Amino acid sequence: MTALFWLAAALFGIGLFGMMARRSLLFQLLSMEVMLAGPALAFVAAGAARGDAQGQGMFVLILVLAAAEVGIGLSLYLRLSRIADVSDVDTISDLKG
Amino acid sequence: MTSAALWPGAIALLAALMVVTRDSIVHALMYLVAMLLALAAVFFALGAGFAGALQILIYAGAIVAVFVFVVMTVDSTPEALAREKARLRRGWRGPALLVALLLLPLFGGVGIAVGNADPVPVKAIGALLFGPWAIAVELASFLLLAALLTARHLARWEEKP
Repeated sequence: MTALFWLAAALFGIGLFGMMARRSLLFQLLSMEVMLAGPALAFVAAGAARGDAQGQGMFVLILVLAAAEVGIGLSLYLRLSRIADVSDVDTISDLKG
Repeated sequence: MTSAALWPGAIALLAALMVVTRDSIVHALMYLVAMLLALAAVFFALGAGFAGALQILIYAGAIVAVFVFVVMTVDSTPEALAREKARLRRGWRGPALLVALLLLPLFGGVGIAVGNADPVPVKAIGALLFGPWAIAVELASFLLLAALLTARHLARWEEKP
């Protein structure tokens, strides 16, 4: 069981690395999907260990969150791709204070 | 039950590493599908069949399909299509190999106990979501509606100012 939690933490860490290291907007969205997979695995593993339905219930809510995030993220990407260089998000810094 | 989940878990980890290190977005997407299918295998091995089925249907099916649509619409010139074709010629082999590796324990017969002793019944999940967690489900529906309106508003075609 502990191994599964380490696995979930590793998935989250890999996603975080991708989020920080990649500069392309689409790759950052993909990394966010990898990051979300970590907590989802942790919830399902904990629910399975206890024989409780709440783990899978939380998984359903995470699924809804991921769907909303992908929808908004990709529409932002489409919008930005018309006015800016989305392959390098460091160039989109007009809001910098 | 945990030991049966470790093999697909290791494959998911490998596929996740490949997702964040690929150069081409199409390759990364295919490795993402492999990672999500491996995670679904982890869920099945843990006895969480409902989560595994949702993972395949909604994550690997619907969410990745949206990604693919967007990638297709952004790059649609003939040269870009030719480039995609050249990339795809060999790009599917790695992810397909990873997914095939998921089936290995089924042939090995190494005492794999798929199916928990007492898996959580789907009925219990439904009773939880529509009983004590009804407010959370309502909030999730608000979130989805807000996301729908946002996507419609942001992605609408407009003349450049």
